Amino acid sequence: MKRIICLTVMNRPGVLNRITNLFSKRNFNIESISVGLSEHEGMSRITCVVHVEDSSASEQITKQLNKQIDVIKVTDITDQSIVARELALIKVQAVPYTRNEIYSLIEPFRASVIDVSKDSMTVQITGESDKVEAFIELIKPYGIKELARTGTTAFPRGTQRTSQQSKSYSIV
Amino acid sequence: MLQEAALTETKTETYPVTGADLLLRALEKENVEVIFGYPGGAVLPLYDKLYHSKILHVLPRHEQGGIHAAEGYARISGKPGVVIATSGPGATNIVTGLADAMMDSLPLIVFTGQVATGVIGSDAFQEADILGITTPITKYNYQVRSIEDIPRIVKEAFYIASTGRPGPVLIDIPKDIAAGVSDQPEKETEVNLPGYQPTLKPNYLQIRKLTEAVSRSKKPVILAGAGVLHGRASKELKEYAEQQQIPVIHTLLGLGGFPASHPLFIGMAGMHGCYAANMGLTECDLLINIGARFDDRLTGNLQHFAPHAKVAHIDIDPAEIGKNVPTSIPIVADAKEALEQLILQDGKPPAHKEWMETISRWQEEYPYYYDKESVQLKPQKVMEMLHSKTEGDAIVVTDVGQHQMWAAQYYRFNNADRWVTSGGLGTMGFGFPASIGAQLANPEACVLAICGDGGFQMSTQELAIIQELNLPVKIIIFNNMALGMVRQWQEIFYESRFSHSKIPLQPSFVKLAEAYGIKGYVIQSEEEAEEVLDEVLHNREPVLIDFRVDPDENVYPMIAPGKGLHEMAGVKP
Repeated sequence: MKRIICLTVMNRPGVLNRITNLFSKRNFNIESISVGLSEHEGMSRITCVVHVEDSSASEQITKQLNKQIDVIKVTDITDQSIVARELALIKVQAVPYTRNEIYSLIEPFRASVIDVSKDSMTVQITGESDKVEAFIELIKPYGIKELARTGTTAFPRGTQRTSQQSKSYSIV
Repeated sequence: MLQEAALTETKTETYPVTGADLLLRALEKENVEVIFGYPGGAVLPLYDKLYHSKILHVLPRHEQGGIHAAEGYARISGKPGVVIATSGPGATNIVTGLADAMMDSLPLIVFTGQVATGVIGSDAFQEADILGITTPITKYNYQVRSIEDIPRIVKEAFYIASTGRPGPVLIDIPKDIAAGVSDQPEKETEVNLPGYQPTLKPNYLQIRKLTEAVSRSKKPVILAGAGVLHGRASKELKEYAEQQQIPVIHTLLGLGGFPASHPLFIGMAGMHGCYAANMGLTECDLLINIGARFDDRLTGNLQHFAPHAKVAHIDIDPAEIGKNVPTSIPIVADAKEALEQLILQDGKPPAHKEWMETISRWQEEYPYYYDKESVQLKPQKVMEMLHSKTEGDAIVVTDVGQHQMWAAQYYRFNNADRWVTSGGLGTMGFGFPASIGAQLANPEACVLAICGDGGFQMSTQELAIIQELNLPVKIIIFNNMALGMVRQWQEIFYESRFSHSKIPLQPSFVKLAEAYGIKGYVIQSEEEAEEVLDEVLHNREPVLIDFRVDPDENVYPMIAPGKGLHEMAGVKP
């Protein structure tokens, strides 16, 4: 099953290495990882998407991450009400007679064209992973020349539905 | 008095100071008594300052010996062992020791030299990315980037290494930082680690839950691991076990946490544990794990592990709870604090007369056994003699292999901090150097360095330290002319194809010892053993004894890989 894990970490040298190292040391499968500064000075936010077999494995991941000295907070936000976004840049083959067709696909996905050349155009799409995936599938037949994805970044919504309590890993 | 005060004042206010000065001051503040270190290019600025230092410096003859000695020191003293190695090869030579200390939760502070900051990353002479190499095998590691950070980093490192679940911390110091000069007055530093706050106090509700589970239980056992020793909780463990009348099983690393002579002690469990302990874990209905991590050598096949038991687990490391065995009563806490709370509950002891009788029967019918009639010198007999002649109160330090298991089985520990062994990583070559650290941590004690002929040859060079410091370590070699445990597995699982496990061509260990000015003996019979042990065990001289034990002896009982704890082979017929 897929889990989205959010981390707040001290912005120290080598911290990303510590996190990725832990995933390989503990034999966890990582699908994507995105890192950037957070609202606090000196702290970064990391969003990991991981594939695990069961809930005890995801609990083990959060516990091991939490043990890292540079990690301030770990939350498995998969079961919360969240906003999750990913950005993809897709350079797709586009000759004059396919361009309009591609534009018509772009519109319902609220993607945008950010670069055009003689035989290609570059599309930027933002959204949840599934939406990005669906768009890529749709545009594949035209011939994707280059593809870059950021991986998911996410955090909980301002208001949580009361029925879905946040599932923090804490066992005490 | 006044003069003295004036002197210290001028001393602390002498600026500018170098990075190496700051480092040594920080070590003095932490009351470091001994450093195990090996000099080299990148740590020359540090060694120049050590020239005038009062801290005892022990020079191993290989960095790996130094770090294992520091581990032995840490295990016995309870304080972090301090190690210095130079950059590149010096640093990579301590990697095994770091991994070993990480697995067995031993506090170490390891300083490595590094090439100057300006050339890091240029493949400079004796450069190695030791931060990258050691990240997975240290609790934390640092590279010092500015001289002013040194006091804070050293203070944090000692705090991290010795609190919570202890472990090794490495500090990498580029040469220009150690040699560089700071003209800023040294600031008072506070440990500020928002991401590191170990939970020490147990959750009250879980303590209540466990107390109720105990009172309802009919077949309870306590499994006590090294967490009891790290938490200095032996007294509390004894008090709790006696209050609730719960029998106690030890892991390999926990030995000594509960007195072996106590009527509630069952024995050691695991791959070579005793029948009663392994059956106790299999049959129990309540398993209270205190500071053990359900290692695979203890549990055997997890599918057959404690199938009828409700599991309670007290551990300072939350990640250990539920890692291998599903746990219904998780208690994240320091062992001592949790036990104190449990004792305060003063719950109703379980009604378990039948259970206690069953355990006694197992103990009586299936003890450890060996052929006592044999004409060959049996290693188990030697262990029994060592135990009785040191009245069970020596510090026993072992290497890894058959002799380690015989020591765990036949040396019956009645006190804590008498046992040093490499459990998690199983590092051959660990025992002899670790005994040096153990002796330095407790100079009065009788220290037995129990080694096999294979493992001893991985660190013979450290005989030089014994000679230099005249440490009265008793080096006991169980010599079966083979890598015994490998030979045993080949005999049992590989149809006796002894591939490269026999080493009949050996040096004369006695002459080797003599080359370092240490007295040596070869012993082939019980009578010789009696005579020599009586002579050497109680004097203050180092000695090496080469016991020529039965080369075909195996360690039993034994649980084959993939089998459950109840499927022991080689139990007394």
